[in-house]
Amino acid sequence: MKEFNIDELNRKFQEKIDNDIKIEPKDWMPDDYRQTLIRQISQHAHSEVVGMLPEGNWITRAPNLRRKAVLLAKVQDEAGHGLYLYSAVETLGADREQTIDDLHSGKAKYSSIFNYPTLTWADMGAVGWLVDGAAIMNQVPLCRCSYGPYARAMVRVCKEESFHQRQGFEIMMKLAAGTPEQKAMAQDALNRFWWPALMMFGPNDAESKHTQQSMDWKIKRHTNDELRQQMVDITVPQAEMIGLTIPDPDLKWNEETGHYEYGEIDWDEFWQVVKGNGPCNKDRIDARRKAKEDGLWVRQAANAHAEKRRARNAKKAS
Amino acid sequence: MENALFEYLLRLGDDSLILGHRLSEWCGHGPVLEEDIALTNLSLDLIGQATSIFDYAGKVEGKGRSEDDLAFLRFDKDYRNLLLVERPNVDFGVTIMRQFLFDAYRKPLFERLVHSSDEMIAAIAAKSLKETKYHLRHSSEWVIRLGDGTEESHNRIQDALNELWKYAAEIFYEDAVDAELKANGVLPDMDSLKSDWDTIVHAVLEEATLTIPDNNWKQEGGRKGLHTEHLGFILAELQYMQRAYPNMEW
Amino acid sequence: MTNNEWPLWEVFIRSKQGLSHKHVGSLRAADEKMAIENARDVYTRRSEGISIWVVASANVFASNPDEADSLYEPANSKVYRHPTFYDVPDGIEHM
Repeated sequence: MKEFNIDELNRKFQEKIDNDIKIEPKDWMPDDYRQTLIRQISQHAHSEVVGMLPEGNWITRAPNLRRKAVLLAKVQDEAGHGLYLYSAVETLGADREQTIDDLHSGKAKYSSIFNYPTLTWADMGAVGWLVDGAAIMNQVPLCRCSYGPYARAMVRVCKEESFHQRQGFEIMMKLAAGTPEQKAMAQDALNRFWWPALMMFGPNDAESKHTQQSMDWKIKRHTNDELRQQMVDITVPQAEMIGLTIPDPDLKWNEETGHYEYGEIDWDEFWQVVKGNGPCNKDRIDARRKAKEDGLWVRQAANAHAEKRRARNAKKAS
Repeated sequence: MENALFEYLLRLGDDSLILGHRLSEWCGHGPVLEEDIALTNLSLDLIGQATSIFDYAGKVEGKGRSEDDLAFLRFDKDYRNLLLVERPNVDFGVTIMRQFLFDAYRKPLFERLVHSSDEMIAAIAAKSLKETKYHLRHSSEWVIRLGDGTEESHNRIQDALNELWKYAAEIFYEDAVDAELKANGVLPDMDSLKSDWDTIVHAVLEEATLTIPDNNWKQEGGRKGLHTEHLGFILAELQYMQRAYPNMEW
Repeated sequence: MTNNEWPLWEVFIRSKQGLSHKHVGSLRAADEKMAIENARDVYTRRSEGISIWVVASANVFASNPDEADSLYEPANSKVYRHPTFYDVPDGIEHM
């Protein structure tokens, strides 16, 4: 095998990236690139899995059979998406169980939106419309991410996710057009989820420590603020159309820029929730940890059974 | 019998609805992500079955009740599901054993109902049979893994079997409803249903190294609307929205 | 891998008759039966597949990308394997 020095390897790597050639699992990559991906993809996977909880919350209370089936299918999709992403993390040499243990110990993060409670049925609408809406905006550019397995997982996720936002919007639309009680329920959900949804894009560009390097590596294609602006521009007219009010007194259309201007985000709240002070942080992690601990004997049993069968088959063959 | 067909459809639909509800409680809490997805699949299939069955039941009854009216707006004594399916999840072992005892009945049942003289029942059975074959394979394999796995899993699944056995006996409860529907061919050739169930159950339990309990008591009640305490709590959640906000669309 | 974690499997799906199986991702399962069932649930929730293969990831042997040159260069020189090597007269289509 030819000897390469590290600068040469780095140069060739960046050349591939610049020419939009995908990086695949066994290709040489800088350690920072690998670590950044492991951090980002596992965080993304954890968000899908923790994200099952606030919605799973309402499956048994869904108001009719159709909504129940749709919600079940949606939350199930999220488990599937978590799995696609864990599968992508594993191509980087990270072990799924280890990354999950990092989540449970608090070392790994997940999207802080899931630390807010879902209090009414309308929250199923708000989560689908705003949270999945923001997620899609984040995810579509990731389909072109420089790391092959991540990009391919995102293509699957985005294809499946299109119905998630629509079903959420449909719930909101129905409520907004319903009785005064239902409309109030929808407005209340929008009030509670609007700001946390905008926080989903992460800190302002000036504060974001990973953005520039991730853009150079083409892991990230747009900055946090660009995506956030896109979210506001798309969502405001949708809210108007169904007769709901965005809870931001500073919101106004800027004719010159062709964008909406919006009020200051409460970054103090954002960082507090990230640090663990959100209303549901503990409940979410406890639930995931409990699922893992309660499932231990099941996973052990399946392994033991597979081992017994292998031994029996080997005996038969000899 | 005033409306034997309607009564029978409620039995069929309520089994699907209540078991689907129980399985949906697992969503987000499964022992491993892959199994979370599998349990949700079962739940989705069962909720889908309940929807078609109630839709048809409403038409058979002829009082203008929709599938949602039937699913959400009856009182506990009007539900006709087996007590077996309302038993709590407890742990993965109880959930799987409950599922297995039920699937071992549903598969041969749908195999018969596809020959029903009632075309709607035959059509619903044909679709449900495909799903149920998969459910039975899934639950059988898990009963075997847990039974012939570790000492802990063996004990847990054996305990689950001991606990659920008396409820499984209700599966073969029969009354005037069945007699009337057998007479007119809606329920064709049900005689060997019990022996088919026995064959499946014995084969799987044997491979799983489990012992069939010698308890012969039949705990019945569900088919007549006499339930355990658990159904009330299931309905409290299931019906919450429809009861709290009556006559609204969602 | 810790003792309790299930082994990793690679999943290949034939999405319709006439196409080859394509790698779609991986999953964890204790045995091959479970791997097939999990693959069905995870990767074909929208009926994407009609045939599923699972292969224990431990049994996959991969070439080393650094040696890609030596693996593929000889084949690249055998141009007769490539259809464009052959002249086809104008007017002949669908070949």
